[in-house]
Amino acid sequence: MTNPATTDRLSDRAAARIRWARQLERGFVLAAWALLGLLAAVFLALFAGVLQTGWERLQPDFFLTFASRRAAQAGILAAWVGTLVVMAVTAVVAIPLGVAAGVYLEEYARPGRLTTLIEVNIVNLAGVPSIVYGLLALGLFVRLLGLGASILTAGLTLGLLILPIVVVATREAIRMVPQSIREASYAVGATRWQTVWQHVLPAALPGILTGIIIGLARAIGETAPLVTIGAVTFIAFLPPAPFSPEAPFLSFDWLWAPFTALPIVTFDWTSRPNPAFRPNAAAAALVLTFLTVVMNATAVWLRYRLRRRQLW
Amino acid sequence: MNGAHGQLANGHKPYLTAETRNLSFFYGDKAALREVNLPVHAQRATALIGPSGCGKSTLLRCFNRMHDLYPGHRYQGEIRLYPDDINLLAPETDPILVRSRIGMVFQKPNPFPKSVFENVAYGLRLRGIRQTAELEARVERALRDAALWDEVKDRLKDSAYALSGGQQQRLCIARALAVEPELLLFDEPTSALDPLATASIEELLCSLKRHVTVLIVTHNLQQAARVAEFTAFMYLGELVEFGPTELLFNAPSQKRTEDYLAGRFG
Repeated sequence: MTNPATTDRLSDRAAARIRWARQLERGFVLAAWALLGLLAAVFLALFAGVLQTGWERLQPDFFLTFASRRAAQAGILAAWVGTLVVMAVTAVVAIPLGVAAGVYLEEYARPGRLTTLIEVNIVNLAGVPSIVYGLLALGLFVRLLGLGASILTAGLTLGLLILPIVVVATREAIRMVPQSIREASYAVGATRWQTVWQHVLPAALPGILTGIIIGLARAIGETAPLVTIGAVTFIAFLPPAPFSPEAPFLSFDWLWAPFTALPIVTFDWTSRPNPAFRPNAAAAALVLTFLTVVMNATAVWLRYRLRRRQLW
Repeated sequence: MNGAHGQLANGHKPYLTAETRNLSFFYGDKAALREVNLPVHAQRATALIGPSGCGKSTLLRCFNRMHDLYPGHRYQGEIRLYPDDINLLAPETDPILVRSRIGMVFQKPNPFPKSVFENVAYGLRLRGIRQTAELEARVERALRDAALWDEVKDRLKDSAYALSGGQQQRLCIARALAVEPELLLFDEPTSALDPLATASIEELLCSLKRHVTVLIVTHNLQQAARVAEFTAFMYLGELVEFGPTELLFNAPSQKRTEDYLAGRFG
């Protein structure tokens, strides 16, 4: 520094600050990558372990046989059919109710104390532990309404469990629809009903579908509430078929049938002292993981596909 | 200005499409409009001018009860719609019915995410028109009236979003025209458009007046001078001055109008 007048320029100080900020930023990004890598490694190790243990059991027989006391002959037929029908009931319960509630809260409810109370409660319900839903279902559906440990009870329970997820997703999707579309519809003389059905819901559909799938993916892995309501672990028959060759062709007897589900058999096999059942548990877990991943991937794909069509 | 001349015994004024009578409007407790008396002359364009926040858009949105969509609003006074002389703001008047007689074009083009054809046909379908032949004929007429037909006749099935901004705005005008409104409201219809598209919309506005009464809010004084026979100057929620556009621009009777037109505020 030959010229003392230039030693204290503000730009020099700024340069030092900028260097420091850059280093800080680089450090942060590095740390983030490291943590991400760690997470991925843990997940991959877990997954590889399960895959290694369960891979050999993933034969056609495994999907086509019922439970058995002999590990090598036990299959998941009742479990995956049970999961499928319970999910169907869950969807029938949660989708219409959840979407309708979301539409009501966004498009119809007048802002006020009651609406705020309902909104806060729905958000909180999404955070209630699933075992609490199980206890509620045990008291209400199984005991009070006498529905028993049936497919109907399981579907209602899981439907209630994911209802808040569907409501919140519906509301968020509806809020994304620009107000200008609503005003355009009202301005040509549409009623609120017409505006909601013909403009708001179609525009919000990608978000709503995503929310529904994420909710169902959550429900498919739930174990605690099903154990609480009394899902059986050992079952050697399928629920009655919903269709019959003679009139009235449709039957709803299956709703009252006992059931098991993938997370239940996984849990059961894991907790047995006989180590021969471990590969079975791992294989069932793989099937469940696969279903969940497929559902979540579908949600991501749908969101991406349908969002691209919209230009606002 | 809206004196007794030409007034029939039943209160019907044949030269008016609508008029406001002592119209006040409140958001909560705050008055956004105070005692506005504005005549809207039939088959003419009336421009609302004034600085931002003067209430001109608020006034416009009273005519089709757009404020009803949002909580915390209150109307006071009347808007009479002729020739049947009904009060648009009366509690027994259905706002949906009001909007099916009075159309609106917004600041930003807001076509539906549907095809060009479906955008124009939407209002017709709402009114129960189902026959394809009638729909097609009416859509074509509306698009012709909006000076858009030649540009879109080969792409009626394309998404409305594929059109340019100016075309989208003319599509919105066609959508409003298709249902044969008695009064068409324009809320700064060119403020989101480039000068060329603006010119084509202004030209369209001048030709539209042959079949529909126009009430237009504009920021652009030259636009008011070019398209409107009558102009109203508003300030702080009050109607300061109303008159034939030429008179108002050349010989304003109010000091505030003169100052605004001279660019001394606003």
